[in-house]
Amino acid sequence: MRIEKCYFCSGPVYPGHGVMFVRNDCKQFRFCRSKCHKNFKLKRNPRKTRWTKAFRKLNGKEMTVDKTLEFEKKRNRPVKYDRELINNTIVAMARVQKIKERRERTFYKNRMEGVKGMQKKQKLKEINQNLSLIRGPSALNKLQERIKNNAEKIEQLTTTKMQS
Amino acid sequence: MVLYNFKKIQVVPTSKDFIDIVLSKTQRKTPTEIHKQYAIGRIRSFYMRKVKYTAQSYHEKLTQIIADFPLLDDIHPFYADLINVLYDKDHYKLALGQLNTARNLIDNLSKDYLRLLKYGDSLYRCKQLKRASLGRMCTLMLKQGPSLLYLEQVRQHLARLPSIDPNTRTLLLTGYPNVGKSSFMNKLTRANVDVQPYAFTTKSLFVGHTDFKYNSWQVIDTPGILDHPLDERNTIEMQSITALAHLHSCVLFLIDISERCGYTIKQQVDLFFSIKALFLNKPLLVVLNKIDARKPEDVPEDDWKLIQSLADPAKGGIGGTQLVPMSNLTEEGIAKVKETACSILFEERVEKKLKSTRIEKEIHRLHLAQPQARDKKVRAPCIPESVVAAARQAEMDEESDYKKPTLTAAMMEMIEEQENDEKYAQGIIPIYDVNAWKKKYLLKNDEWKFDIVPEIINGQNIADFVDPDILKRLEELEMEEEAFLEELKNAEDDEESDLDEENEQLYDEIQEKKHELRINHQIKDSSKPQLSKGRKGIDTKQMASHLRSMHHDDEEVDDIISSVRERSKSRISGKKRSRSESRSESQAATSQERGISMNRSQSRQRSTTRVASPAPGEGFHDLAQKEKADKLDKHSRKKRNQDGRKGEADRHIYNLMPKHLFSGKRSGGTNDFR
Repeated sequence: MRIEKCYFCSGPVYPGHGVMFVRNDCKQFRFCRSKCHKNFKLKRNPRKTRWTKAFRKLNGKEMTVDKTLEFEKKRNRPVKYDRELINNTIVAMARVQKIKERRERTFYKNRMEGVKGMQKKQKLKEINQNLSLIRGPSALNKLQERIKNNAEKIEQLTTTKMQS
Repeated sequence: MVLYNFKKIQVVPTSKDFIDIVLSKTQRKTPTEIHKQYAIGRIRSFYMRKVKYTAQSYHEKLTQIIADFPLLDDIHPFYADLINVLYDKDHYKLALGQLNTARNLIDNLSKDYLRLLKYGDSLYRCKQLKRASLGRMCTLMLKQGPSLLYLEQVRQHLARLPSIDPNTRTLLLTGYPNVGKSSFMNKLTRANVDVQPYAFTTKSLFVGHTDFKYNSWQVIDTPGILDHPLDERNTIEMQSITALAHLHSCVLFLIDISERCGYTIKQQVDLFFSIKALFLNKPLLVVLNKIDARKPEDVPEDDWKLIQSLADPAKGGIGGTQLVPMSNLTEEGIAKVKETACSILFEERVEKKLKSTRIEKEIHRLHLAQPQARDKKVRAPCIPESVVAAARQAEMDEESDYKKPTLTAAMMEMIEEQENDEKYAQGIIPIYDVNAWKKKYLLKNDEWKFDIVPEIINGQNIADFVDPDILKRLEELEMEEEAFLEELKNAEDDEESDLDEENEQLYDEIQEKKHELRINHQIKDSSKPQLSKGRKGIDTKQMASHLRSMHHDDEEVDDIISSVRERSKSRISGKKRSRSESRSESQAATSQERGISMNRSQSRQRSTTRVASPAPGEGFHDLAQKEKADKLDKHSRKKRNQDGRKGEADRHIYNLMPKHLFSGKRSGGTNDFR
């Protein structure tokens, strides 16, 4: 008994769940749910479908090169049962998982670098452009100072971005 | 190996079929459509092709027939003679010769007509020429009818001839009719020849095969021969004579010593002498048959002497001939006859082979070389010391293993089975444990045998992680991680600041407003036509709430509303310039203070002064202009309204099949191209 991998989304397929398709060249395709199965039948490419693990890995959304990822591997060579080895393995698995999660967090942080500045710039721009939607002309006069400040800030943000 | 196989000759059609075949082939394989307006060159080549093709297919078919039938000069004289006897050589040659002439004639004929066709000046002329040429070819073939028919019969008969190999080891049975040749054949082989108690049951040659000394021997059963001159022999007898004359074989001459066949021993002996010439230079065996009916001792002395004379050269017999008694009924002596006949022939053949020049060539090649010792030195094989040591080590290991035997799974199984057997013997049925096989595991520690091995933990397969040096790898990973964390501590954390609170509020407000606008737009379904409801003024309450929502002060809102109210009043009551002017002035003053643009209210003010002017906001100069615009508007809508009333049912196709699109011939292709 083992947890298989979904062919389409790479999610886990627990025993007794999902669907398996065996092509006439004996290749097995497992699907975790009907969504994946249907997408497969539509001949969609998991690498081009945005919500799959394959897409995310291919497009740099997720960690692909790391030492922690090398621990989990499908091994076709049987190893003779050894209680100590299994114990060690279980301990190691937990530890590796923890390290992996931390690294993933770091990876995400690095990936999101600079996004906040962009968002801020966009928001300021939005405020400056659409202020007339919520303020009448006379009320707008009172905000004139603020608008000026925002414009300056936007410029500052763009220049810093250009520099970096 | 069958040298002569006449089964592959193709069927010879009758003359009518022949013609049908060729003509239909021409029809199928050549183009069929021709028109008189075609260029004459095209017409000529069209008919020339037909003539040429027909002639060619005649030629091919005839060549095939001629090539298929064996040439009498090329095949083994036995077959040549047999064909002569069976089908008459002259007739055979004549038939083939006629086909050959027909072939040449057809070739010439087609050549002539092709030459004529070159000068055909019209479709009609060319067609006539083609007809004439094909007609003549067919007539020619029709005349070949009898020879084709004859050849077909020959073919059928030839295909059924036994496949006799003239060069192999052969036993040939001969003698008077009814002396027991076919019965002997049946005893010797599995040929299953028909045996009947009357003369000439066997009308042709039969072949069977028997084994002797791991060789296959061909046995030929011939029809019986009567004792009369060669010229008077019939076809059936002639077949046996042909076989006797041409096949190099061991001849078994069968004599019926019981004389039950209807011929006396004297007659049989006479036959032997009359065909003696055919036995010369061949191994010969005289078989005395039917000893069950009359034993050789009971044969009258005169007759016995006659029989003896067969082997006596002094009395005209052939020296060295053996006389072997035999009975088909009791199977007495059959084995001996076979053995003697085969061994005689075998010896003869070996002798012949040895005499031939070919064998000498082979014998010269056979040579077994034996090296001679040049001195008395011992040259033992060289085995390196390391190899010897390794072998010894291996031996030692084996011995030590033997001292403390380890049980393999198979051995354990055997022991268990033995135990079970013992239990059975005692009358106890052993209870089988479901996990009995677990006992046979060979693990480092015997305690582990019955462990329940976990497979899945936290959504991961344990088997995917099992690795003998996992701890080492984990340690490496930990080291790396530590270094990484250290680095992370040192690196400064430069978080970018968010928007300040006020801006954030403004942003949210804008988003909310945008959302509201979007929703309102969606509610207002603009896809359906809308009737204008007439112009409706805005409620002061509505206006006030809107202005407040846009963050105008209450005071300001009051001002705006009062000014608007004033304006609309003045419009209704007619115009009093002074009042409106005073209003606008006061308004202008207040609004300028607040920095609001004045353009709109100013323009409106001007329009109110006009007499009978159109409603404000319509944008017309005066009434006349408005009327004119209305008229133009109505006119522009007229057509559209009319069309609007027209439905799908009003659609009409005036002419479903316009004549000009569906009639007549065109120079470029058919009508469909239009």
